[in-house]
Amino acid sequence: MNHLQRHQGGWAIALSLFVALLLAAMPMPDWAASWRPEWVAMVLIYWCMAMPGRVGIWTGWMLGLVLDVLQGGLLGQHSIGLSLVAFITLGLHKRLRVSPLLQQALAVALMLVLYRLIWLWIGVVTGQQAERSLVWLPALSSMLLWPWLFILLRDLRRRASVR
Amino acid sequence: MLCVVLSLLLMVLDHRYTYVEGIRSTLSAVVYPIRFLVDLPVEGGRWLSETLATRSRLLAENKALRRENLMLRSRFQKFASLSQENRRLRALLDSAQRVGERVLLADLMAADLEPGRQQIVLDKGSRDGVYPGQPLVDDNGVMGQIRHVGPFSSTALLLTDPAHAIPVQVNRTGLRAIAAGTGEGLLKVDYVPVSADIREGDQLISSGLGGRFPAGYPVAVVTAVSRDTGEAYARIVARPNARLQLAQHVLLVWPEVKPDHVDALTLGEKSR
Repeated sequence: MNHLQRHQGGWAIALSLFVALLLAAMPMPDWAASWRPEWVAMVLIYWCMAMPGRVGIWTGWMLGLVLDVLQGGLLGQHSIGLSLVAFITLGLHKRLRVSPLLQQALAVALMLVLYRLIWLWIGVVTGQQAERSLVWLPALSSMLLWPWLFILLRDLRRRASVR
Repeated sequence: MLCVVLSLLLMVLDHRYTYVEGIRSTLSAVVYPIRFLVDLPVEGGRWLSETLATRSRLLAENKALRRENLMLRSRFQKFASLSQENRRLRALLDSAQRVGERVLLADLMAADLEPGRQQIVLDKGSRDGVYPGQPLVDDNGVMGQIRHVGPFSSTALLLTDPAHAIPVQVNRTGLRAIAAGTGEGLLKVDYVPVSADIREGDQLISSGLGGRFPAGYPVAVVTAVSRDTGEAYARIVARPNARLQLAQHVLLVWPEVKPDHVDALTLGEKSR
């Protein structure tokens, strides 16, 4: 009984991650595709920050694997970056939670650049990626969207009383 | 830390060997709902525009199609007699008989994949007999090959992907070469000597070497040849015949000689 009370609202976490995966696969016009925000990574960062006991490195790793299959990349190419992002967020979650939204957005952008760089580096090393991809465009758009996403997910968390 | 090691292990296994293709295929069934949901609005829009098309437009289209059908049929009559003649001549020459190729129509699913790569998702999978390395054509030429197969859907690599290469032949001279993708909608033809007879406008067709692609399909048209006497090889750029970005339907081809063991993506892909 106690166990049931402690874990509540898991559907909200699952739903938000699922929607993030949908957004990651959504077709976009060519000019906008390079600006596509890192939806999955952002939602993962949010839940790591808000619910460090429930969402963590393994969630990030599994999510990365699903993303790899969804996008037809090398298995593990996203997992490694996402588990690192989760690891960093777990380490910083106390500080991140209380910092102003702008500062949060900056930290998120930095983590996303790291994530994309790792992804790109693996792509180039295995010869599957031309070296010209712009890594900082998605990080920039994600940074601009972070405050809104944060507020949205916070409301979702309160409404679903995720614990 | 364990995750990082596990990721690295998976990547090595996936890049060098084919052991993890089973995991990928299983997970692909898991991600199918996502693909389906993303594809739904696009498919719905197409359905709507087809349903709401005006009568006059349908009539006009019908007329045009009927005319085209007539033309194709008349051309096909000639083709039938030619293929008979070809078979007789081949029998005289005692050379191997070409068996007809089996094809299957597949629809593209709307989904954006890795940025910087040239891949598409098809709505046919291992349930329909699709296998990794299977060639893909449209009505204008070769499009690429299947890369990963799931139960209900599969991922295909286009000709223009940086990791893709196809053995080709210049139609005019019979010169053989390899056309590799550049990642930007064009192909580059590698390792052709400076002195070779190849020029702008030459049609490249698949040579059938390697046994992965059937021979004789149009692949690309040479758009630029630059010869630098200081270098051993000419720099050649070609544009694919197939409309890679516009296609909605593609044809999956089962070539007459299927390689007896398909070790995924070692023949068609650049070995590094």
